[in-house]
Amino acid sequence: MSAPYDLLVIGGGIMGCAAALRAAEGGMRVVVIEQAAIGSGASGVNTGTLSLQIKRLKLMPYALKGYAWWKAAGEAVGFHCVGGLTLAFNAQEADILSERMLQKRDAGAPIEIISANAVADREPALSRRVVAASWCPADGYANASRTGMYFRHLLAEAGVEAREHTRVDDVVRESDGFVVTTGADTLRARRVLLAAGGWAPALAAKLGYTPPIRVRVNTVSVTERVPRVVDRLIGHVTGLLTLKQKDNGTVVIGGGWQGRGTPDEGRGEVVPERLLINLRLAQFVLPALGTARIVRAWTGFEANVPDFYPLAGVIPGVDNAYILGCVRGGYTIGPYMGRLVGDLILGNEPELPLFDPKRYQTNAGSPVTQEA
Amino acid sequence: MTHDLVILGAGPAGASAAITAAELGLRAVVLDEQQNAGGQVWRAPSGVETPGDDGARLRDRLRVSGVTRAFGRRVWLAERGFTVSALGPDGAEDYRAPALIVAAGAHERHVPVPGWTLPGMIGLAAATILLKSQHILPGRRVVVAGVGPLLLLVAAEILRGGGEVAAVIDANRRRDWFATPLALLSRPDLAGRGAGWVTRLLRAGVPILSRHALRRIEGTDGVTRVFAGPIDADGTQIAGPERAFDCDALCMGYGLQSSTEVTRLLGARHAYQARGWAPVTTAEQLTSVRGLYACGDGAGVQGVAAAPLRGQIAAIAAARDMGRLSASEAENRLVVLQARLGRAARFGEAMARLATPPPNLVPSIPAETIVCRCERLSRADLDAAITQGAVTVNDLKSATRCGMGPCGGRMCEYAAAGLIGARTGRTPEQIGQSTARPPLRPVALQALAGSFDYDSLPMIEPAPL
Repeated sequence: MSAPYDLLVIGGGIMGCAAALRAAEGGMRVVVIEQAAIGSGASGVNTGTLSLQIKRLKLMPYALKGYAWWKAAGEAVGFHCVGGLTLAFNAQEADILSERMLQKRDAGAPIEIISANAVADREPALSRRVVAASWCPADGYANASRTGMYFRHLLAEAGVEAREHTRVDDVVRESDGFVVTTGADTLRARRVLLAAGGWAPALAAKLGYTPPIRVRVNTVSVTERVPRVVDRLIGHVTGLLTLKQKDNGTVVIGGGWQGRGTPDEGRGEVVPERLLINLRLAQFVLPALGTARIVRAWTGFEANVPDFYPLAGVIPGVDNAYILGCVRGGYTIGPYMGRLVGDLILGNEPELPLFDPKRYQTNAGSPVTQEA
Repeated sequence: MTHDLVILGAGPAGASAAITAAELGLRAVVLDEQQNAGGQVWRAPSGVETPGDDGARLRDRLRVSGVTRAFGRRVWLAERGFTVSALGPDGAEDYRAPALIVAAGAHERHVPVPGWTLPGMIGLAAATILLKSQHILPGRRVVVAGVGPLLLLVAAEILRGGGEVAAVIDANRRRDWFATPLALLSRPDLAGRGAGWVTRLLRAGVPILSRHALRRIEGTDGVTRVFAGPIDADGTQIAGPERAFDCDALCMGYGLQSSTEVTRLLGARHAYQARGWAPVTTAEQLTSVRGLYACGDGAGVQGVAAAPLRGQIAAIAAARDMGRLSASEAENRLVVLQARLGRAARFGEAMARLATPPPNLVPSIPAETIVCRCERLSRADLDAAITQGAVTVNDLKSATRCGMGPCGGRMCEYAAAGLIGARTGRTPEQIGQSTARPPLRPVALQALAGSFDYDSLPMIEPAPL
């Protein structure tokens, strides 16, 4: 058997790939195992929204770094900076909007509150029932479906081996590392990183770890190509609608409305009653969209933990095993979180603090009892 | 609306399933996008019915069967359990039943050729509809190209309608047509019709080119000329004179493939056979999903003679499986139907084999040819993505948007999969089908949204700050 890898990453999404790239940059020999294609899970099926306005306050420094990464990737990932409007339609929504957005501005996002008239000037097709809005000129989007091609290229350039369409059957700890069996092979590695999103719990269980991961099933839909109706990224103050018209004329509609299904079943399904509310909200916000035909709606599995922050660090009680993922808005901050964890794995001090999984191990009844 | 059984598609298979279900006392509803039963093959004429016609008889029987007929319905979602969501003349509707029979039919297989996006090019199957139910000619001087028995039917119908056929270009040999005599003998009536078409064409002096394929289509605002060249049995272009035919329309098609959107969406297992994907079913048309039956050409192309039998079998199995028909009674009926189906299916499958494009046609597509019409992607665009690692249809879809336009991949997926195979050597099973996504057909956002009031939209708590 060949020499063990320095790092074996399970999960070829944004975070796993970014961590792999950082580790390789630091001189490690790295392999990424992906059950489907690189970037084909949540990383590839989300709406591609890069909005600082919808990022959580505490994650803003990470979001700014992640945003800069996508911007630098540019055309290869379909990056577009169009500016974003977040809309409020009554007094209560307007209060929530200004309170939250001003805090986000203080955290470093270039956000300002603008009037309903200013909204109508910028986007005349929007509903006239807007009462207030926030505006962030940096907001934009990338084309999530290009994630895979882009990372595949980066991995190849960095000399990281990528094994796609390869499912991990088992992960076993040994004295000086891990033995990972796939359908095709048995691989050895000194370190493993679980970056498998909604599929991580089943893998973590093999290491005796139960991460507090829950899975959201986010719904996205898209119209056929239609004449230009809106230029900017449009959001609703509740976060229950994101909308953008891409260069090709299609309008992508998201907002985290829940479908059904589990990663283990391997398929998520659209729940029509919830999709309809999402579409109603879209039509209310942009009435001209009514005649556009929806050509596709789909779901993606977004893993999260109870506090909706990342899970990024050493797996409690398992030396040299790491976990990364699980965050709202992972598309934007993923590349940067991956880099931070890559640094941790290299033994470097990460530039910003990580989100240690140990925060969930404080009780005496900790789910993890395995010795280090 | 709750029923015992929902049937999707009112073609020969679906309508027959509905009639049988009603005979067995099931409360059934049959949905179709058209305004009447008959499907594509027995489509209701725009004018007066011809009495005694297969389609007219089917429509009469369905009308008196007591089945609820929900026509003019655009089905956009099907969920296990089963719930079928449709848009009808009065807006959104849901149909619920413990059993679902899918009789979705088939659609045309295309092999892209330079210039095939020009106006004046229509599918062979579309041409049969124009000719048979609308009595409209595709053009004044038409080239008919592709593969299979439909070539002759369309060419003969054009002649009958007073049009001119510039040429019939067949990728297979006419000799291949008689290479399956047993199957043909099983339906001498239909085989006889085929021979009649050939006679009519030869008498009119129509050139019939065997083992030829279109090389390119020319025109500026529409098709004006096509060029055909010789190919070998595998479809590889070989040396030989190119022939040009002036024309103002082109009917082109390479056989039929099962429409599997619904069965894929419901997660049924599918298999690749005879150059096409179809849901795997038992002899009683049951798919891998409990309560879900697939019949007719949507469950593997076996043709119009087999379709009504498969529909009846599915309805009997569904009635039995939900405890509405005794096992012995079901068995008695199924034995008779299965025996008749065997013969019809053998003939239909032989016909489908004749309508199978030779394997090297797709690998011969020139680089600059548009493959995905909706997204205007050329073979070179797709090849570039394949070189960069797209090895499944889904990979190619995310890398290039191939198949993501309004057609949902119905026009391009066969060719796209073939291009992956040609470059990577992967099998069709490894290349896979694209993941089916709702809506099953494009639907206007406002039709789904309906009327509503902003203040009553059930907003969930906003995400934490």
